[in-house]
Amino acid sequence: MKRFTFHRLWAMVLKEFIQMRRDRVTFGMMVGIPLMQLMLFGFAINSDPRHLPTAIRSADQGPFSRTLVAALRHSDYFQIVAEAETEAEAARLLQFGEVQFVINIPEDFTRRILRGERPAVLIEADATDPAATGPALAAMRAIADSVLDRDLTGPLAPLRARGGAIELRLHAHYNPENITQYNVVPGLMGVVLTMTMVIITGLAITRERERGTMENLLATPVRPFEVMVGKILPFILVGYIQVTLILLAARFIFGVPMVGSLLLLYPVALLFIAANLAVGITFSTLAQNQLQAVQMAFFFFLPSLLLSGFMFPFRGMPEWAQWIGSGLPLTHFLRIVRGILLKGNGLGEIWPELWPIALFLVVAMTVAVKRYRQTLD
Amino acid sequence: MSTAPDLVIDVTGVTKKFGDKTVVNAIDLQVRRGEIYGFLGPNGSGKTTFIRMLCGLLTPDAGAGTCLGLDVRTQQAAIKLQVGYMTQRFSYYEDLTIRENLDFVARIYGVPGRRAAVERSLERLGLQHRSHQLAGQLSGGWKQRLALAACLIHQPRLLLLDEPTAGVDPKARRDFWEEIHRLAADGLTVLITTHYMDEAERCHRLAYLAYGNLLARGTVADVVAAARLNTWVATGPGLRALADALRGRPGVEQVVPFGNSLHVSGRDAALLDRAVAERRAPEHEWRRIEAGLEHVFISLMESAEDNFT
Ligand SMILES: Nc1ncnc2c1ncn2[C@@H]1O[C@H](COP(=O)(O)OP(=O)(O)OP(=O)(O)O)[C@@H](O)[C@H]1O
Ligand SMILES: [Mg+2]
Repeated sequence: MKRFTFHRLWAMVLKEFIQMRRDRVTFGMMVGIPLMQLMLFGFAINSDPRHLPTAIRSADQGPFSRTLVAALRHSDYFQIVAEAETEAEAARLLQFGEVQFVINIPEDFTRRILRGERPAVLIEADATDPAATGPALAAMRAIADSVLDRDLTGPLAPLRARGGAIELRLHAHYNPENITQYNVVPGLMGVVLTMTMVIITGLAITRERERGTMENLLATPVRPFEVMVGKILPFILVGYIQVTLILLAARFIFGVPMVGSLLLLYPVALLFIAANLAVGITFSTLAQNQLQAVQMAFFFFLPSLLLSGFMFPFRGMPEWAQWIGSGLPLTHFLRIVRGILLKGNGLGEIWPELWPIALFLVVAMTVAVKRYRQTLD
Repeated sequence: MSTAPDLVIDVTGVTKKFGDKTVVNAIDLQVRRGEIYGFLGPNGSGKTTFIRMLCGLLTPDAGAGTCLGLDVRTQQAAIKLQVGYMTQRFSYYEDLTIRENLDFVARIYGVPGRRAAVERSLERLGLQHRSHQLAGQLSGGWKQRLALAACLIHQPRLLLLDEPTAGVDPKARRDFWEEIHRLAADGLTVLITTHYMDEAERCHRLAYLAYGNLLARGTVADVVAAARLNTWVATGPGLRALADALRGRPGVEQVVPFGNSLHVSGRDAALLDRAVAERRAPEHEWRRIEAGLEHVFISLMESAEDNFT
């Protein structure tokens, strides 16, 4: 008697589908909101992030390279989190997003400066988010120009001439032209899904309660889990329509390159869509009426928008904000989408971002089922 | 628990409080198989609340018993499978058509031969040609028919009907009652709430509830007899003045104008007779009648007001 049954779940799914089809306004909104947001956010928001994680790969142990590293450590822009031994290791750090920059100091750096050869320091940047990398690179240039001024005095002073003793070479990975749309448009997919999916299911149970249909539903043998999942499944389809719309716009309006596999992105998106729908269902069991449900949805949406790294580069935020951000599914989904589309990430690389979303889904669903009351008390 | 096999509802001491307000107060109720049991009482007397406890929508604060032989406190899921509950307020989906609503309910209950069952129920209630109309666009009477059809589709053994005929025209009400009697004859048990006296009289037995207390129960004759209410009828001119003069006299509990006559009733026959005798005038014709259900209920309600509020 307590068991889940497929026929009851299917009854719920069919009913929700029909209701969704009849509710033209809501359905229109589901398509309209992504389009509107694409227009609004087609322009980027700039900011000045600091303490970007940086790896150093130094092949020189001379005093000048130590001076350079010390200067980087002192700058607000870079935070040296790793010393890479090999090129492969540096590449891996960049690929997994553990660092934003790898600074390569060549062999014989000190000696070549003394010889006046202007050795080149290679900066590899993860430029998926140009808003984050731009200011840091400018700071790097200033450091390179002045860092050795104090060491190069007396007989060495002439080495400072000719535009500094060091040459800087930049290698921007993933988004070499620093086009902000490349970053914003894929991110928008997550933002739109968060906004619409949470609201749509947020209304789902409060609507039954407000219209009085809940009394009838509760009088039937339908189980909480069947109600929840029955209400979630039809909207997964809507989520996929949105994903497809945004991908099409990204490709054909904004010309965003798609390096990675869409075959990977689509199933991964399922997890994220379901997570947001589950949040909505949870709100829906907490809210007294539809208005409250919408308010709760916004209460969830705002931090998602602001703290996920969509509006402001994640690493530019204070630590407490990053903590909150890490708890939000959007934060992880943004990295996944950017990773797949711009970096060509595979399942292995996105896994660290995938399980937090799955965990979130399970927690939200559990709260919802626990909170769903089977009586009118 | 020993339950006589033909008792479909057998509960004792059922109580429900909202906050510190006792809405249903220690009610005992026994309903037999195939019986049409009327549930009457003024607004807010706890009828809906009681019914909701029977079908597991509310948890009783006290009391115990069985519904269809299943424990009302622990076996709610099993009870729900065999009960058809028609809510006071229409609570099917207004944005679904009649057929879709019936189909939804049939699927939820896992009715075998679903399509045929939906078809049959459309047919029996004369809803076939309206089956594609949205439920929200139906008139009140049709909504009620739909609701009845929907709560019968899984062939429940007990029907709980909460004011199923409120706002329905007399013809439709008669049809409705015919259907109910037919179902009861086939062995279905029906608990029905109503505010209509003529409907109360169509029930096999009834219970009267006020302020959460069960004040009377039994057949119509039992209830009337138990009330021991005496009623005088006066006809003639100047009934308004007569009514004003009688109101508030000792022994006079109800003074109700009925068209061209005035009904005066009270429980204490001696006091009532004296009050009437005092006001006897040649232009009025006085005669004693048997008290009707309505008088009885109003009397019960007024005495309940004195006792419980
Ligand atoms: N969920 C609730 N919370 C608090 N009070 C409630 C709740 N449901 C009902 N009540 C109160 O309980 C009392 C009984 O209500 P109920 O709906 O059972 O009466 P009723 O006999 O069905 O009345 P009516 O004839 O008007 O339908 C009312 O005073 C009502 O305000
Ligand atoms: Mg009621």
